[in-house]
Amino acid sequence: MNGDEGMFAPNLRGRRRKGALFAAICLVMTLLGLGVLAVLLVSVADLGAHRLSWGFLTRYPSRLAPESSGIKSAIWGTTWVIGLTGLTAVPLGIAAAIHLQEYALRNRITRFIELNIANLAGVPSIVYGILGLAMFTRMMHLGRSVLAGALTLALLVLPVIIIASREALAAVPDSFRYAAYALGATRWQTIWSHVLPPALPGIMTGVILALSRAIGEAAPLIMIGALTYIAFVPEGLRDDFTAMPIQIYNWVEEPEQVFRELAAAGILVLLGMLFPLNALAIGIRAWHQRRKTW
Amino acid sequence: MPTNAAKVREGAIRYLLMACASVSIVTTIGIIWTLAVESYHFFKHEEISVLGFLTGTRWAPLLEPRDFGVLPLVCGTFLVGAGALVLAVPVGICAAIFLSEYAKPGFRGFLKPMLEILAGIPTVVYGYFALMFVTPYLLQWLRPQTEIFNAASAAIVVAVMIIPTIASLCDDAFRSVPGTLREAAYALSATKLEVSARVVVPAAMSGVVAATLLAFARAIGETMAVALAAGATPKLTLNPFESVMTMTAYIVQVSLGDTPHGTIEYQSIFAVGMLLFLVTLVFNIISQQVLRRFREVYE
Repeated sequence: MNGDEGMFAPNLRGRRRKGALFAAICLVMTLLGLGVLAVLLVSVADLGAHRLSWGFLTRYPSRLAPESSGIKSAIWGTTWVIGLTGLTAVPLGIAAAIHLQEYALRNRITRFIELNIANLAGVPSIVYGILGLAMFTRMMHLGRSVLAGALTLALLVLPVIIIASREALAAVPDSFRYAAYALGATRWQTIWSHVLPPALPGIMTGVILALSRAIGEAAPLIMIGALTYIAFVPEGLRDDFTAMPIQIYNWVEEPEQVFRELAAAGILVLLGMLFPLNALAIGIRAWHQRRKTW
Repeated sequence: MPTNAAKVREGAIRYLLMACASVSIVTTIGIIWTLAVESYHFFKHEEISVLGFLTGTRWAPLLEPRDFGVLPLVCGTFLVGAGALVLAVPVGICAAIFLSEYAKPGFRGFLKPMLEILAGIPTVVYGYFALMFVTPYLLQWLRPQTEIFNAASAAIVVAVMIIPTIASLCDDAFRSVPGTLREAAYALSATKLEVSARVVVPAAMSGVVAATLLAFARAIGETMAVALAAGATPKLTLNPFESVMTMTAYIVQVSLGDTPHGTIEYQSIFAVGMLLFLVTLVFNIISQQVLRRFREVYE
């Protein structure tokens, strides 16, 4: 055991010890993210939990009276904008995915569209904000409205929805399609009643994750000029609005301690919306994995 | 046989779906067109040239004498992005090795969703965390003269944001390495560490590189966390403990200020946006090419 063996180094004990150390390092690295998440939650809750109350959810923000500020206009603004984002992006995204996966020929045009979607998914969200500012706010004269915000976010999440929906459709085995064709079903009948139903859980997981990403986006909405201190609830598509992440950003920017506490409370409300949505998406996927028989 | 009505319906549905798919092309054209038009107006001003914009070392759009040299913004952006990569890549790769090689299926089933939750936290929350926790309790504790706004805190939170991306993409790459390669190494009496480090990671190297490039593109496009944490001082510095300004932070700052349409500041966000768009596009495309060209294909 003194290295006379040349390349062959049988020092198994030392190698195993090194291996155990490496395994421990990998475990720590994996848990590092969770540790940060825990520290983040504790520090936010520590500062903001005592500001959470029914009044915080049902009052409007106010610069002059921070003590009685609330987040009502932001909650409703986010609800309006994300609702509308979903209404536009979800049907559009699923339809595009069906076209690409079920209809499109494998040719140059299709490859170009696929490449294009993959690249759009990597475009920074603030660039979508610039697009929204130039196209919806200025050119189409939508101003800082709910509609302009929703359309901007819809374009942002569209590639994510398309990619997730395509994966779900591709996971449906071809035998399902052949069985329907063999019984004389048309292409659309096959897709509608034999491909979409088994793909639906996967599509829903992707849609929920995409929309929860949209809920947390502030940069594109700031770009189109979403006002920060808004003390009313939008009542139509043309109304001005604010959203949860914008309200939080606004409070973080203020130097006084009370605004920082309001920001922390706002973050708790925002995460209180997002965690159940994420859990739902993950739950649907797990349930589908267990249940599927092909 | 399908009836005529059915044929018409089938055709109509087909074209409707095709129209939906073409929205992505329209979006791309829209992005390039809006960026190009306003950038063109920006560069038409006498005081500005493309070369001066790309090589100028002073960014002062509001102070007289005005200067539009984008290098300080590029420097800030790359300082934060590179810092985030240095922190996130080792952590992400180790996490991926643990997930694919060490973790038991049950533990893995718990860790993967947790990473997804970490990835789903809004960036403004990370900005708050950088400002309220990372800088005062970590950086100023280590180095008391650290400025309140600094590149390091931004790099740290951006690293946390991109760790799930790197870990999950690398995990996919490691898992696609066939088991036979591992078994062959075990048969030669390699330990698990040797199998991971000398067989699995090299075999999946294209995936690791692609994940790193993609994460970098995401890091430099990151906005709210960086705007809150890194500050608003366009500065040509490599000191991570100073305040800097990134390209994204500049764009946000101008749009918060309610700048009138048609002014030079308004047009400058499109020029900076164009540069940001092109840089992220290049990194995304290289990442896809690496995956396609250098992927080892196993039967």
